[in-house]
Amino acid sequence: MSKLVIIGNGISGVTVARHVRKRSDMDILIISAETEHFFSRTALMYIFMGHMKFEHTKPYEDHFWKKNRIDLKQAYVNNIDTDSKELTLSSGEKLDYTQLVLATGSQSNKFGWPGQDLPGVQTLFSYQDLEQMEINCVNAKHAVLVGGGLIGVEMAEMLLSRGIAVTFLVREDRFWGNILPVGEEKLIQKHAELHGINFKFETELKEIKAGDDGRVSSIVTSTGETIPCDFVGLSAGVHPNIDLAAKSHIDVGRGILVNDFLETNICDVYAVGDCAEIVVPEGRNRIEPLWYTGKMQGETLAKTITGDQTKYERGIWFNSAKFFDIEYQTYGFVFNEPLEGISSFYWQHPEEDICIRINYQDDTQVVTGVNTFGIRMRHNIWQNWLANNCTLKYVLQNLRDANFDPEFFKRYEQDIISAFNKQYPNNQLTLSPLQWLTKRFSKEKAHAK
Amino acid sequence: MQNNNIAWVSPVRKSGLAFFIIGFFVFVGMLFSNQYTLTEQTLSSSVNNSTHRQLIQPHLSEFMDKTVSNKFSFIEGVRGTFTRYNDTVYDRYHLSTNDLDAILKEVNTLGYYDLNILKHVFNTQDDYAAYKIKKLSDYTGWLAGQQGKSIDEISQVLNEKSAEINTNVVGEKRIDSYATGQYLYAIVKSASSGTVANNTGIFFIFSVLLATIGALMYIIPEKFAAPAGIKNNNVFKNSATNGGFIGMLVMTFLVLVYIALYFFPEYIVEWVSLVDPLFVVLNGNGASSWSIYGFIYTLAIVVMGVRMFIKYRHSNYHIARTGSIIFFQSCFAFLLPELLIKLNQPSTDLKNMWPLDYDFFDAWNLDSLSSSGDIGMFMLVWGITLFVIGVPVFTYFFGKRWYCSWVCGCGGLAETAGDPYRHLSNKSVSAWRLERVVIHSVLVLCIIMTSTALYTYFTGVKTIAGIDTYSLRSAYGFFISALFSGIIGTGFYPKLGSRVWCRFGCPLAAYIGLIQRYKSRFRITTNGSQCISCGNCSTYCEMGIDVRAYAQRGEDIVRASCVGCGVCSSVCPRGVLKLENGSTDVVVDQSKKNETANIVQIISAEELKSLKK
Repeated sequence: MSKLVIIGNGISGVTVARHVRKRSDMDILIISAETEHFFSRTALMYIFMGHMKFEHTKPYEDHFWKKNRIDLKQAYVNNIDTDSKELTLSSGEKLDYTQLVLATGSQSNKFGWPGQDLPGVQTLFSYQDLEQMEINCVNAKHAVLVGGGLIGVEMAEMLLSRGIAVTFLVREDRFWGNILPVGEEKLIQKHAELHGINFKFETELKEIKAGDDGRVSSIVTSTGETIPCDFVGLSAGVHPNIDLAAKSHIDVGRGILVNDFLETNICDVYAVGDCAEIVVPEGRNRIEPLWYTGKMQGETLAKTITGDQTKYERGIWFNSAKFFDIEYQTYGFVFNEPLEGISSFYWQHPEEDICIRINYQDDTQVVTGVNTFGIRMRHNIWQNWLANNCTLKYVLQNLRDANFDPEFFKRYEQDIISAFNKQYPNNQLTLSPLQWLTKRFSKEKAHAK
Repeated sequence: MQNNNIAWVSPVRKSGLAFFIIGFFVFVGMLFSNQYTLTEQTLSSSVNNSTHRQLIQPHLSEFMDKTVSNKFSFIEGVRGTFTRYNDTVYDRYHLSTNDLDAILKEVNTLGYYDLNILKHVFNTQDDYAAYKIKKLSDYTGWLAGQQGKSIDEISQVLNEKSAEINTNVVGEKRIDSYATGQYLYAIVKSASSGTVANNTGIFFIFSVLLATIGALMYIIPEKFAAPAGIKNNNVFKNSATNGGFIGMLVMTFLVLVYIALYFFPEYIVEWVSLVDPLFVVLNGNGASSWSIYGFIYTLAIVVMGVRMFIKYRHSNYHIARTGSIIFFQSCFAFLLPELLIKLNQPSTDLKNMWPLDYDFFDAWNLDSLSSSGDIGMFMLVWGITLFVIGVPVFTYFFGKRWYCSWVCGCGGLAETAGDPYRHLSNKSVSAWRLERVVIHSVLVLCIIMTSTALYTYFTGVKTIAGIDTYSLRSAYGFFISALFSGIIGTGFYPKLGSRVWCRFGCPLAAYIGLIQRYKSRFRITTNGSQCISCGNCSTYCEMGIDVRAYAQRGEDIVRASCVGCGVCSSVCPRGVLKLENGSTDVVVDQSKKNETANIVQIISAEELKSLKK
């Protein structure tokens, strides 16, 4: 019987397992050192803040695995022998495989700062990191976070929920500066400051110092400032976790090198998710450290593993996040700086934390991307617009269709289109007529199984 | 960190909590701070049936004109009197063999049967004697004075007749348990004589009013303490909201209150007297034990509704829905029924319908409504129209939520006072399997119970297949209404979540749910790809639906149990869920998609970039 072994029980590895099981009867074993069962890493912050308990973050009830004949093993893999197709666990136990999937995820970046291993200093990625954070925050009063990205914002929200003051060191001149354009970033920054974050831009960490008890007591910045603190969060990004693969004959670069089929250089060995580096022959290799892409990669790889070799095609880019109380969604490409050949229509609400940016090509006015903050959008509508190369005018006039906000929420499509008309007075764009009445009586769609 | 101008928030909230706790303890404490004095006058006003009053009065002599402070000993003493009376009623009133022997002895002496003998034999000058004399006179009077009857003949007649008389003794002399309950309650209420009885106004201020003000002082400042957004910090760490110690205390209190309301209302007469003046104004009569329940229930929905307004001030859906609940509860469930009493009209909660209103088809209700003029007729027709036509139509267009989270009183309490507990619902598959069996069984039971009651109403036949239809009805009332809906449904909020009744028991929910599942435009649509499986939606679903399972697959949620509260959509951090009636077609108009607007570029991207440097 063919045996598939998956190292890593995150979204990527688990998606591979689930979809392989749907398509085949082969033995499936998932090995993870982190936890016994798959849980949603994205929910770690909510456990800390008391919104949920750990068991709530498990997408499948514990009996799901046995029911679907997916074996689970909580163990650490020490070595992969691709010649004899054998894994060695830290316990000494040996396991063989027919096909192997590496879904080892990410590791947090630590750039060799002095003192980065002191008690009270930590990164946040794994469940063990969460447990550590609980311990580290017991008596903490003032925290310093290093690196302005999404994990940093999550850590900030977690710390603030315990009444711990937060100082945020950001290397760029603005928060999440490598992703967000200026307009949106200002909105987020103001909102974060309202929640209590103290930003220090164009500031890097230089050194972490210990106090008499051996725990962190202060940090020194690149601008020479010393900030007293009793907790340091290193949120300066992640890199693929390739330690295990690097020890073996599997080719690695920054991540585990794979082709479009997510195959490594070794036959019957694959890599998926955060740890995979997809080789792009004429261009920049892709690493996709996102929940969504992990899921999509996993689904694709399952087809290849079960004999239907399929290229991983991500399709139209999308992402989302939440910054304290502001929800962010993006579809298509929106670059952080203005780009040649691409123009931008930006609208921001005068008072509320709501804004939208639509990027379009200068010549054809075909929409290439959208950022939306504080307005929920319908994914499949935007996907369709982008795939069909709809123009800015079309998108603006049909914007109502894309709204995904709850009922009774204030709608801004009229404000947006009026702002556009004001900015470019030679147009008088109007919203497409309301289909409210006809919608009441159109056939209902049922997708329930 | 936080700006200083909200420094007032914490002290105000702490004081509010203190006020609430004080008010609560005064509320509970007053039950044990009253005195009771039973007098001739209070007895006659409480036991309004003169026959019963005459029967029981002699037995209550030990309580007469004495002031008792211990509520328990007073109530149980009076209750015990009634019980002992009933237990011994047969002993006292039946014609025993000794009685008959004594009569026959006299007959022997006299030579014939005469009614005067009875006066000799039963000579105790009390009701027992009077009863026996009267009964024998009625039943055997025809034998009196007749000469030439043998002792055996007379003995036979007496035995036969006394057997007949004895079978009626309990029926005629016993005070039935319903009446006993009524009298006991009335006695305790009117005998209420001490501290609390004489100072109800002050007790009202320091219990209800103080607690309400305290609660609002605790709730309202949150509006100023932080920006609007999801407020679930520490829900699973606080023992009040995570099923821990404080939650258990609250649960114990609620369960005791429900038991008292349903089965021992005599223990809460002080609470009733608190709101008596208010109800006299509202309905012209005064308050009953259910009045205090309705009052506190409505107050809870209003105060906790304010909490919802503040907690979800960023969501117009919740504001609208909570407003609707408050309106329907205060107007339809509370004020209007009282007003109707005052206007001498039949009184009902117009938004309550069968099968939730399980006694709608009871004989007394049908009779009352059909004989109370236009308004009664309207209520009868309205009640039937609501569930025959209203439910299918509204559910088709809006889903179950039009009733269950926007109108219903049970739902209203669950969404407001139950909000701190909604996440305690059981999410497991086994709970769902149990839910489907139990809730549909209750619906079937209710249909059977109602049809048999209607059958009895129209044909007069009281038993079907050996089962008395009335006892079916009262069993339903006890198990389903009192135990399930009341005690477990609401009492167990802090442990089992806010919707146990709605999810496992309510037959109306079962009915509406079937329509929602199979023939409704309502669904929760999903931006499936954006789902990060965090689990917030499933955790905060009060009906225990595994929302995440649908969301992560990009499937619409069309579930019978979904009440459309909208909390899953709110707590989702990625905007994956939307409650809607129908769904939006994804159609691109190919003829229009290439239309361009008139856009004049003023500066190029490069120039823009260099401007920013």
